[in-house]
Order: sequence, then C-alpha cells, then structure tokens
Amino acid sequence: MNKNSWILYIGILVFGLVAPFIFPAFKVQLSILCVLIVLATTWNIQGGEMGYNSFGNILFYGLGMYLCASVQVGMFFPLAEWTESGGEKTFVHTPSQFFQGMAVGLVVAAVVPTIVAGLIGYSILGLRGHYFAICTLGLGVAAGEISGGIEIIGAGQGFTTPPFPNIGGLEARGEFFYFLSFGALVLTFIAVRAIYTTRFKLILNAIRDNEDKAEAMGIETMKYKISGWMISAFFCGLAGGIMGGLVGYIDSTDVAFDGREMGVFMVLMAILGGKGTLWGPIIGATLFHFFKEGFWTFFLGWQYVALGVLIVVIVIYFPEGLMGWLREKYPERFGEVVDEADRKAQVELK
Amino acid sequence: MDFLVFQYPMITIQACLDGLLLGILFALIAYGMALQWGVMNIINIAQGDLVILGGYIAYFMYLYGIHPAWGVIVSPIIMYFVGIAIYKLVINKVVDRDLFISILATFGISILFMQLMNFAFGADVVLANSGYGTTMLFDNNVVLPNSKIFSAFISIVFAICLVVYMKRSKLGRAIRATAQNARAAKILGVDTEKVYAATFGINAALCGVAGALISITFTIHPYMGLPYTIRSFMIVIVAGLGNLPGVAMSGMGLGIFEEFADYILGTEFRIGSVFLLLVLILVYRRFKLSRKREYLK
Repeated sequence: MNKNSWILYIGILVFGLVAPFIFPAFKVQLSILCVLIVLATTWNIQGGEMGYNSFGNILFYGLGMYLCASVQVGMFFPLAEWTESGGEKTFVHTPSQFFQGMAVGLVVAAVVPTIVAGLIGYSILGLRGHYFAICTLGLGVAAGEISGGIEIIGAGQGFTTPPFPNIGGLEARGEFFYFLSFGALVLTFIAVRAIYTTRFKLILNAIRDNEDKAEAMGIETMKYKISGWMISAFFCGLAGGIMGGLVGYIDSTDVAFDGREMGVFMVLMAILGGKGTLWGPIIGATLFHFFKEGFWTFFLGWQYVALGVLIVVIVIYFPEGLMGWLREKYPERFGEVVDEADRKAQVELK
Repeated sequence: MDFLVFQYPMITIQACLDGLLLGILFALIAYGMALQWGVMNIINIAQGDLVILGGYIAYFMYLYGIHPAWGVIVSPIIMYFVGIAIYKLVINKVVDRDLFISILATFGISILFMQLMNFAFGADVVLANSGYGTTMLFDNNVVLPNSKIFSAFISIVFAICLVVYMKRSKLGRAIRATAQNARAAKILGVDTEKVYAATFGINAALCGVAGALISITFTIHPYMGLPYTIRSFMIVIVAGLGNLPGVAMSGMGLGIFEEFADYILGTEFRIGSVFLLLVLILVYRRFKLSRKREYLK
C-alpha cells in the first residue's frame, strides 16, 4: 500500500465521519448509500470474482432484516403481540433495551444467514451459469412469498421495527443509523480488501475462469464456493438488519425480500461499476444511487420505467462496467504491461 | 392446513381436473419458451409479462363489448408485432452473448412492461367474463367452468397448429435448422436474423394466446408475470428442449401440483410453493448429475 492510497482512504474516512454534519438533510440518503455499497461489494465477491451470478442474495438480506427486528423485539416483549396491529404503541423500548436489542439483533442477523448459506450452499452451488441464476431467483421470491404467509412476523400486514428511543429530547435517529451503516461499510471494505490480497481470491478467480480446470489443479472448488457465498451472506444479513431499522417497517415482498428492486439493484450496481474489481461496485453503487434518486425525484411515477430502460442499456452497452471501460482505455494504470508496438499493431488492425 | 383432500375423494378429482386444464395452458407458454431457448439460446424473464400483456388485450376487447374469446385471434396478432419490436430493439443485441446478459436484459424488459402495464391498465385484478357457464360432474360434486375447458381446447389446437407449421412450412424448417446449427444454416442461405425475429414473434404470439385464455379463465394483474416465467422455465428444464410430449406432460403435472398445494398448504403459499418446487427440481437434477460428475448445461 503506497502513500497515495493511504491519503485517499483517510480522506474518504474523514469525509464519511463529517458527512452527516455537512449535509444534515441527506442523512438517510447517505445511510442508504452505505448499505447499497455494502450489498454491491459483497455481491461482487461471488458474482464478480467467483462468476456465480446470483439473484438470490436478497434472501440473506431479507433474512437479516427479519431476524434483527425479531430479536430486538423478542428479547423484551412477546413477538406475536407486537406484530398484531398496534403492538408498537403498547410496548415501548427504553434506550438501553433498544441498543442492547440492536446489538444482539445485528449479530444474529449476520450469523444466521451465514449458516443458512453454508447449509444450502452445497446443493445450490452445484448448479452452474444460468441455472444458478434462475435457481437463486426462485429462492429469493419463494422466501418472500412464504414469509408473507407467516403470522408471527406480521404476515401480509408487515412488521414495524422498534422506533428509535427518545433520549432526553435529543433527535439522534439519523446520526445513529448513519454511523451504524458507515461502520458496516468500513468493516466490509476492510474485510473485502483483506480477502482480495489472499490466495483465496485467486482461487475464486480460477473458479470463475474455468471451474473444471481449477478442480483438475487439485482445488476443492466446492469448499471455496461455499466460503465465498457465506462471506457474501454475512454482510448481506448485516446490511439487511441495519436497513430494517432505518426503514422502520418490514414488508415481506416490498422491503425485505424485494427481488424486483434490491435483488436486481445489487447486481446492477456491481455491473455498472465493473464486476471483479474492488472499486467498481463502490463507484457503481454511488452512481446508481444518484441515478435512482434522480429518477425518483424527477420522474416520479415513471421511476420503474426509467429503471427498466437503465437496466437494459447498462447490460447491453456497458456489460464490462465503468472499471472495465477504464481498464481498456488506460491499461497501464491497472498494472498491465503494454507493449507499444503491440498497441500500434492493434490500432492498424482496426 | 387442512386435509380435506384426503377425506373427500371428490376434492381430489376436482383438483386433478383443474390442474390438468391449467397445466395445458402452462405447457403452451412453456412451448414458446423452449422454442426461443432452443433456437436463440435466450432465457426470457419477460415471458410472463408478455402473457399478461396478451391477457390485457383480450380484457380490453371485453370492455369494448367484443366477446373476449375473440382475443384468442386478435391477441397473438398484436403480440407477434410486439415480439418483433422487442427483438429488434433489445434481443438481437444479446443473442450470441453470455446467457446471464440475456437474463438480466430481459429482467429489465420485465420491469419495464410491468410498470407500463400498471400505468396503462391500473393495478386492479381484472378478469374478462366469458359467460360460458359451468359443467357439473359426478352428482354436482365437481364443478368445472366451461371457460377452462374452452381454454384447454384452444391451447391444444394452437399447439397442434404450431407443430404442423414447424414441420411443414419453409420458415419452420429454417427455424429448426437454425436451432440445430446456426452457422451451418447461415452458410446454406438461411437468413438467421429473420429466423430469430420470427421465432421471438411466434413466442410472443403464443404468450398472447395463453394470456387471452388466462384473462378468460383466471384473473390478470400487471405484477403477476414472473410466476408464469418461472413455471415455463421449470417445465422446460424438466422436459428438456424440443421434447413436446414432455412439455405437455410436465405442464399438466405442474398444474396438478399447484392445485394440491393450494388445497393443502393454503392459497397464500401457492406462488411460494411453485418457486420452491423450482429450487427443489434444480437441486434434485444437480445431485443426480453429479453422481456422474456432470452438471446441468
């Protein structure tokens, strides 16, 4: 790591820490941005690096969301009565109860999806290519439909997460969730960056490039595929838990297992920025969030139409993403050695 | 959960017959999917939305006083051109690319269609009333709406027409040749670009027929497309590409499964059980193939 990148990281960190005080009106937007970056970066671990394009990471996200809220409520109050209409008005969390519940809830929200990913991984990750994509799409939608029929977590009418406690008249909800999601972002970034320097990442890339060959080289591909998926699941669950508290209301198909929105967003963000790079998903998520908020503000009512067009355009014209485009244009900056004569010959060929 | 199904055999018969008639419709949609998958190597997530769009055409005819059964003729004609338009705008750019690209691109089309339909037709659940009445069987214990029998009959007629067309006509032969080997077909003078466009158009027209029938027999809603895509995908992977009797059989099997899931688990889990079945089928096939160290291709 050289001096320039240290300056960059510290600059981003400082900006992240002071951002909610500079832009107080955008606290919620910034928190959502952090969650989106976490989702895109971790989708990239198995989508971009491992080549297993999943539409089903929304499963872990939704699972984390429900688990965090359920634990937060269930630790202190009966869950079934809470989810009946108006429960959140009868029971009130004291500040210490709220924070304790949130802490335990986030741990559970991160750990349980990881275990689930490990359990189903052996069956699901034996599928390849588009079968894997469609299977995980089915998994995400099935989870949404089924959770919409379970009474104790609110079924069709939704689940209100505990409201942020009022501490001596201080309004700190936005700051709390911002720093929570920013913390998750920093944690994710450090973890992913560390992973990307190890042999593990190279094995994932080998699986992406040619799984049969990787197996023939003596790599137990299944073990690494499951680990890759579990890492994704861990951070997806964490992000889901935070997002549940941030939104304040969980609905099975519109908020938690929202394969039509969040499930596609995370794929799209990674592709927009460039699959298989560290910075690609982060840039992609940031750009996408601006696009999305622009659509929601200026084309209100037509936002999904614009979104559909955006998906088609990105996929058809920029399948390599922003980083892929930059890499083609300035290969030297990416550490690739370019022979001048070679380049000239290519230009002549064109 | 209730186990009435096992206590009263009549309910079992009812569920089986309902499922059979429903399954024939699914098979028609799945046939379209198998066609485009086999010829163009594309998985179209927007398949279900094309079905719903076809349904809305029949519904609008009903609103303007024309009997919705005529939608079976009108809807495929309109949908054929919609299909060609989609092909020209999007699909022809993803035909020879990675399958995941086509999945994602058609996912975008699906979202687009869903929302456009929501704007144009509203978010209400609608149905076109055909006024065909019902048939009672077994001492009035089993009730079959005539519209379901009508829809199954029409589906079979269309499927037979299509099979004959694919076997006999020049375009049909060109389509089959392209499916076998696009490059060789090109060398022998087949305009593959045209064949692809026609294939996608025929697929959309089939969706149009199925949609018109669904608007008569069941209900349609702008957001109900994805389950139809998943069902047709499931039928195709169970039956295999180009296996028409297999498509019909697995379509009916899926129909019966759904009716029983509806009775046993409850209606709220119906769609969920379809998606879970997809996952189970894929996992089952993966384990079966992995014994021979192979995987689904």
